[in-house]
Amino acid sequence: GKTALLPQRTALLMGSFVFAVMNDIITTMFNKKFMEELFKPQELYSKKALRTVYDRLAHASIMRLNQASMDKLYDLMTMAFKYQVLLCPRSKDILLVTFNHLDAIKDFIRDSPNILNQVDETFRQLIDMYSCLSAGEFQLIRQTLLIFFQDMHIRVSIFLKDKVQNSNGRFVLPISGPVPWGTEVPGLIRMFNCNGDEVKRVEFTNGGSYISPQREGSFDLYGDRVLKLGTNMYSVSRPVETHMSGASKNLASHTKENAAPNPLAKEELNFLARLMGGLEIKKPNGSEPGFRLNLFTTDEEEEYAALTRPEELSYKVINIQATQDQWQNEELARIMGEFEVTDQPSQSTSKGDDLLAMMDEL
Amino acid sequence: YNNLSVLPLRDKQLTYFAAVHGSTVSLASASADGLSVSHRQLQAKEGGLAVSASIVTQASWCVLPSRVLLVLTSQKGIQMYESDGSIMVYWHALDVLEPPPAQAVFARGIAAASGRFICVGTSSGLVLVFDIPSKGTNITLSEVLEEHRDSITDIASEDGDADLVTADDSGALCVWRSKEEFSLLTKISAFGWTCSSVKLWNGVIAAGYGNGQIRLYEAMSGALRATVSAHARWIYALDLAPLTGKLLSGAEDSYVQIWKLSRSPDTGDIEIEHCHSECVTDTQLCGARFCDPEGNAFAATGYDLSEIVRYGQV
Repeated sequence: GKTALLPQRTALLMGSFVFAVMNDIITTMFNKKFMEELFKPQELYSKKALRTVYDRLAHASIMRLNQASMDKLYDLMTMAFKYQVLLCPRSKDILLVTFNHLDAIKDFIRDSPNILNQVDETFRQLIDMYSCLSAGEFQLIRQTLLIFFQDMHIRVSIFLKDKVQNSNGRFVLPISGPVPWGTEVPGLIRMFNCNGDEVKRVEFTNGGSYISPQREGSFDLYGDRVLKLGTNMYSVSRPVETHMSGASKNLASHTKENAAPNPLAKEELNFLARLMGGLEIKKPNGSEPGFRLNLFTTDEEEEYAALTRPEELSYKVINIQATQDQWQNEELARIMGEFEVTDQPSQSTSKGDDLLAMMDEL
Repeated sequence: YNNLSVLPLRDKQLTYFAAVHGSTVSLASASADGLSVSHRQLQAKEGGLAVSASIVTQASWCVLPSRVLLVLTSQKGIQMYESDGSIMVYWHALDVLEPPPAQAVFARGIAAASGRFICVGTSSGLVLVFDIPSKGTNITLSEVLEEHRDSITDIASEDGDADLVTADDSGALCVWRSKEEFSLLTKISAFGWTCSSVKLWNGVIAAGYGNGQIRLYEAMSGALRATVSAHARWIYALDLAPLTGKLLSGAEDSYVQIWKLSRSPDTGDIEIEHCHSECVTDTQLCGARFCDPEGNAFAATGYDLSEIVRYGQV
């Protein structure tokens, strides 16, 4: 039997779990080989491929998630990312959002110099690669990302509460506040004669109530990003919820992509293999207790969610094992074989309120 | 940019709409009372075979004296259909370099010109000029205009001293005249922002930019005649009603703004005044067009919006 743990010791244990999970996931994500593959010019992945990579990353530590919780986490991630990309005032701000993400990641691992170096290295590569792109090129990247997320309208509890998302799943677009850096506050017409002298000035009301921006965010390794998009949504503790009901009505033709029998084109499989080659998955050994993250309130709720998830919203994760036969290359097959994650029997972790509260912080 | 195209058919009392959505183009026709009559969907296909879905950048009706063609531009190339989208009459594949370059490849920017050409822009900055016969499929690439160094965003034309305006990602504009061939009249330098949409009316160029500004230029000389701080976000679409000089602009700030251009015949002064604002709530506009050449009605499309919203003057 388990001895009852004092609250302080539970918190300490949970703290060390959280630290271990963060550490492992971040180390895996910023692995040099993985980053090298990501930085190569390539087409946007398919939705299946993205979900597969995400699954592997999520399992890069001793943390485990069931299908339903994994789906929920992915929904949350995609809607949050969609929100950030959509709301960027300038197209170049998608880079600032990325820098906000990295700043937050660096804060999590600030006491681990090795990983910190790796993250900084990635940061520098991003600056090198993207800082010189034009506004038009950034807009193309942004448009491509938005097409990827088009027609997804899953309602997220924290967004609904903060009134950034409507009950129909669409995001609220404010028509007030500071204009983006480089844009003038709308309302002025200036007319010039053929010599270039200003001859007339007329003001008009455009409908919104905008003000001038304060300052530009920093694109350096360190600096005030000014933009809040991409900062920690959960800096104030909040429940993690996504709503499936009603979302299925809004799905359009993009779901046809998921129904294709052959999941991935050969090139994409090869690319995934190279990408996975950089991911070192940690398998929890027998002595270490793994723990399972449940994003629902009870186990039963999680099971129910898995059974009742609308068909069109189920993410068909690639079963790599099944497609190994198709591969000529034995080396690839070997690499993929290493990522066959065996399900650890879930330990009898206590489902106390403290535990759940800690999990909600993630 | 501007993922909406409108074709009013006066004699049939119908209006055709084409809206781009990812890799498909949805065609709908509606009667004057607003009842939808028919639907069709087109996809960017490689020479007729449905290979892999490619993102469509634009779809636009090109009105020539003898025929109307629906032109689609995508990452794979350029397709031209009969105006109802029933038959594809021409396919032009974009050259894809091996190995795949770090730059995106696509066609974008469509305009009919001089009563016999259709001009289409590419991501490399080239403008392809296609010679269109009065009927049949014998369409040929007659000229390639090489002046832009950045991806073409939009092309506009009218019958006048200046026939064609081409705009690119950097914000540079080129003004052309066509006789047997196209010759460059003037070039307008960029000022740091993408020109996403351009229109030509009465020798006046109206250009919409990524910083929300509209600028008017004298087409023949390239002189700047007006600046308008029109929108708080990236302008996606400009459209012109040629019979009245009405201009509309649609942007990511959710607003459609209606303007009136005027040109004094004696002084040559170019003026623009603001007429109307319309907010399409919580929608980043991707396309906006007038539904008639007088500009009494207009339609708009937005990101994540599965509808085309129509507005009429009462």
